[in-house]
Amino acid sequence: MSTSSNNSAPMEARSTQARRPRGTKVRRQRVKAAWLFLAPMLIALTLVAGWPLVRTFFLSLTDASLSDLGAANFIGLENYLIYEDGRWYGVLADPIWWRSVWNTVYFSVVSVSLEVVFGVIVALILNAEFKGRTIVRAAVLIPWAIPTIVSAQMWAWMLNDQFGIINHLLMTVGIIDDPIAWTASATYSMWAVIMVDVWKTIPFVALLVLAALQMLPKDCYEAAEVDGIHPVRVFFKVTLPLITPALMVAVIFRLLDALRVFDVIYVLTSNSTSTMSMSVYARQQLVEFQDVGYGSAASTLLFFIIALSTVAYLYLGRNKIKLGGD
Amino acid sequence: MNQRQLAKIAKRVGFWALVGLIMLYAVFPFYYAVITSIKPSSELFRVELWPSTWNLDNYAQIFSQSSFVRAIFNSIIVAFSVVFIALLLGITASYALGRVRFRGRSTVMLVILGVSMFPQVAVLSGLFEVIRALNLYNNPAGLILSYTIFTLPFTVWVLTTFMKELPMELEEAAIMDGATPWITITKVFLPLMWPAMATTGLLAFIAAWNEFLFALTFTLTDAQRTVPVAIALLSGGSAYELPWGPIMAASVVVTVPLVILVIIFQRRIVSGLTAGAVKG
Repeated sequence: MSTSSNNSAPMEARSTQARRPRGTKVRRQRVKAAWLFLAPMLIALTLVAGWPLVRTFFLSLTDASLSDLGAANFIGLENYLIYEDGRWYGVLADPIWWRSVWNTVYFSVVSVSLEVVFGVIVALILNAEFKGRTIVRAAVLIPWAIPTIVSAQMWAWMLNDQFGIINHLLMTVGIIDDPIAWTASATYSMWAVIMVDVWKTIPFVALLVLAALQMLPKDCYEAAEVDGIHPVRVFFKVTLPLITPALMVAVIFRLLDALRVFDVIYVLTSNSTSTMSMSVYARQQLVEFQDVGYGSAASTLLFFIIALSTVAYLYLGRNKIKLGGD
Repeated sequence: MNQRQLAKIAKRVGFWALVGLIMLYAVFPFYYAVITSIKPSSELFRVELWPSTWNLDNYAQIFSQSSFVRAIFNSIIVAFSVVFIALLLGITASYALGRVRFRGRSTVMLVILGVSMFPQVAVLSGLFEVIRALNLYNNPAGLILSYTIFTLPFTVWVLTTFMKELPMELEEAAIMDGATPWITITKVFLPLMWPAMATTGLLAFIAAWNEFLFALTFTLTDAQRTVPVAIALLSGGSAYELPWGPIMAASVVVTVPLVILVIIFQRRIVSGLTAGAVKG
C-alpha cells in the first residue's frame, strides 16, 4: 500500500516534469522536419528564381552576348548610362526604353481601372440570386481560362482591318466610315491591346469582388431597404467601403501582372514601338539582338520599377484602408 | 400600383439585358473562333454570325502537321509534370509552414510571396544561363523546371492556408501514436487535402498550359515547342496572308480542354483563386 502510494507520487512528479523535456524533444524534431520538408522547395526556388535574379543583375554589368554567355567582360554601368563622344548611351538614354516605360504605365493604369469598374459591375450582378447563375458564372470564367496567346489571336482576327467582325459591325451601325487598322495603327493599337487584356481579366477581378460581396452582412441591406434608400447610394455608402480591402488586393495582383505584360502585346502588335512594353523591350534586346548585358540592364530596371511600385502601393494602400475604416 | 409594376418589369428587363450582355461579351470571341475554324477557306472572309456552309478542313490541316501534334504532346507532358512537382514540393512545404511554428517561418512566407510577384523577364537571362548549364535548352524539361517559378509559390501559399485550417487534434493524435512527420503528412493530412490539391493542381495546370514567354525563349525547334508558341508562330510567314482558319482551329483545340475543366470545376477554381488572393 505504502509502496504504491510512494510510487505514485514520484511517478506523477516525474510525468509532469518529463512533459517539458519530452515536449521540446518532439518540438525540436518537428522543427527539424519542417526545415527538411522546406528544403526541396527552397532549393527549387533558389535554382529558378534567386540565383537567376542575381545573375541577371550581374550580367547587366557585363557585355555578355547570347551566343557566348561565358565570354562576358565586366563593364560597370555602361549598359545603363554612359557618356561617350558628346552623347549619352545606355538603356536610360534610349528613347525607346522610355517609350516602353510610358506604354507599360499607361497600359497598366487604364486596363486595371477599366477592369475594376467592370469587374465590380459583373460581381454585383453575379451576387444577385437568379436562375442560371451557375451557368453565367462558368461563362464568365471562360475568358480567364483561355490562354493569352489564343485570346490575342481571336481578337486579332475579330479586329482584322479588312475582314474583322468589329470593323464590320461598326461600319454597319455607322459609327465609322472606313475600316480601322486596329493592330497596326499607332493610335488604336494600344486600345486594341487594352481591350483584349480587359476582356481576359475582368473575370479575375469579378470573382475576387464576388467573394468579398458574399461575405457581407445581410442585415444592413435589409435596413437600407426598409428605410427606402436608393440602391446606388447604398452601394457607395455601404458596399464599396466594405469591399475596398478585397478591391485593393485585386488591384495589386492585377497591377503586378499588368506591369510585366508580354504575351498579349507580343502576339497582337509584335515589336511595334507604339505598344512595346518593358518586358517586350527587354526580351527583344536579350533574344533578338542577342545583347544579354543590355537586355539584363533593362530587366533589372523593370524589376526595381515593379518592386518600388509594389512597396509604394502597399504603403499608400495601408493608409487608405485605415482611413476607410475610420 | 400600375406604375410600380411597370417599374418592376423595367428593372427585371434591364437586369436580364445586363446578364445577357455579360454572357455575350464573355462567350462571343470564343464562339466566333469556333465559327471561323469550321468555315471553308473560300468563305473565310465573309463576315457572318452563323456559317452557311461548314467542314473540318482546318482541323484536318493542323492535325496533319506533325509539329502541331508534337506541340500538344509537349504541352501535356509539361503541364502534368509541373502539376506533379508543384504539388509534391508544395504539400511538404505547406506542412512545415502551416503546422509547425519555427523561427524564420514568416521570412520564408515573405520570400514565397516575393517570388510570386517576380516579373518573369527579370530572371530571363539568368535562367537562360542555368538552363544551358543543365543542358536543358530546347528541351521541355527546361520548361518544367522554369515553370516552378510561378506555380510553386502559388501552390505553397494556397496549400498552407488550407493546411492551417485542419484541426489540431488530428495531428496530436498522430504524434501520440508515435507517427513521424512524414507519416503524419501521408497518412493523416493527404487524404484531407485532396480538395485543396485538386484546386491548386488545376490552377497550376492552366498556368503551365498557357505560359508563353519562357516557352518562346527556351525552345528553338518545332519539335520541342508547346502549343501557345506553336499557335503564335503559325502566323509567321507573310504578314498579309495569315492562315486564320488553321489558327482558329488550333486555338479551339487548345482551349476546349480548358473550357471543359472550367465548367466542371468552376467552384474549385473560384475557391482557389480567392484563397490565393484574399489571404495574400
